[in-house]
Amino acid sequence: MTIDTVIEYRDVRVDGDDGPIVAGFSAGIPAGRLTVMVGPSGAGKTTLLRLLNRLDDPDGGAVYLAGQDVRSYDVLDLRRRVQVVGQVPVTFPGTVADNLLLAAPAADGVRADAAGCLARVGLDPALAGREADRLSVGEAQRLALARSLALLPEVLALDEPTSALDTASKAGIVSLIRGLADSGLTIVMVTHDPAHTELADHVVRVEPYSPGRRP
Amino acid sequence: MTAAGAVAAAGAARGASGFGGPVSFGDVALALVLVAVALGVSRWRRVGLESDMAVATVRSFVQLLAIGYILDFVFRDHGAFTVVVLAVMVGTATLTSGGRAAGVPGARPIAAASIAVAAAGTLGVLLALRIIAVSPRVVIPLGSMIISSAMNTTSLVMSRLHHDLAFNRREVEARLALAQPARQAALPWQRVALRNGMLPTVDQTKVVGLVSLPGAMTGMILAGASPLAAIRLQLLVMYMLLGGNAFAALVSGELTLRRLFTADHQLIRTLRRTPL
Repeated sequence: MTIDTVIEYRDVRVDGDDGPIVAGFSAGIPAGRLTVMVGPSGAGKTTLLRLLNRLDDPDGGAVYLAGQDVRSYDVLDLRRRVQVVGQVPVTFPGTVADNLLLAAPAADGVRADAAGCLARVGLDPALAGREADRLSVGEAQRLALARSLALLPEVLALDEPTSALDTASKAGIVSLIRGLADSGLTIVMVTHDPAHTELADHVVRVEPYSPGRRP
Repeated sequence: MTAAGAVAAAGAARGASGFGGPVSFGDVALALVLVAVALGVSRWRRVGLESDMAVATVRSFVQLLAIGYILDFVFRDHGAFTVVVLAVMVGTATLTSGGRAAGVPGARPIAAASIAVAAAGTLGVLLALRIIAVSPRVVIPLGSMIISSAMNTTSLVMSRLHHDLAFNRREVEARLALAQPARQAALPWQRVALRNGMLPTVDQTKVVGLVSLPGAMTGMILAGASPLAAIRLQLLVMYMLLGGNAFAALVSGELTLRRLFTADHQLIRTLRRTPL
């Protein structure tokens, strides 16, 4: 592992009900860059992302963060450091500001600067008082990003962040992600769209598991 | 008058009941004509419940006959068997409730703990406050009501919590991903499950006397007790069931939650692999 590699998958296997979803997967994620993890649907990209914050654990191999097995960290601390945002944006009951505080209830900075958090992801600060379930899908996706960023993560992992959006919203989110990476945040973005590799500083290809293929 | 006194008074008044005396096996046999009506309706309308009805009729006869002899034995100076009778009831309720929540790991131990705590806690309060007497004639019937009600509550809480966490996995995991501990992440659905488990008894308590005259009260009135004595017992029963169900909901909600998450604040494997 090079000094720049913040995350490393080492010979990872994840089993599903009908056999491995992922097997023999190894890859490194460089620090402070935008890594695009690309592969066809069903290749196990989402599963690989879930291993980063331990929503799931591998059945074989291991995932390392800063050189240590992610299982050696306190899991809640790990999840603060590695934020994973799901494919479909989830909003919680309450206002947009409530959603930000739900992520970081103890962070006074978030309470004082909800507007700043929203502006960072391109949302109108005036939305802070709006009920979160009244946001458009694109706005909800940005809120999900703002909520994760409120935790000041070291790594931001995004699962198909544009798949639920229209063309105009897609461009906005992509530009936002590129901007976050340029500010030095480590970002892992999963996508099935090969066009997104053009954005990337680093590309990881994920191939579907097949029994005949040597892992 | 304590509940024990009310039950005893009803027993003493049995001779002057609306039945004109105790119900005989001949009376029971005559009542089978109503079962025949039910069988006839089922056959006529092709409902297909004839065999179920026949089994239910025979089972109810055998089960009640057996419990009648057992209670008769316990009530005749064999009070020490009260605990055994209650334990068998808890065991049976555990098997039934545990079987209703097949997706919950350890559903039977959860059901056993919930129902046992409900029975012990509620009877314990009633005995400690000297509301009821330490008598098998009182403790067994009231205990059976608590156990039966706690069984339903436990089934509802376990299955609802399991279903809701699976159905709302995306939101549960979004909360976990934001570093919420499992208990906090599951709180909205745990509340719903507890509410779901307790609501039937709350509703029943709200409408008691307006929609139906419930079992304990009806039994006393049929046995010849005064309606005012009957309602006192019924109030005691309703409040007892509210308390018992709260115990059952609390314990089953807590234990089920623990079994549906790992120690590392992950949904258990079967839930986290549920397709969205």
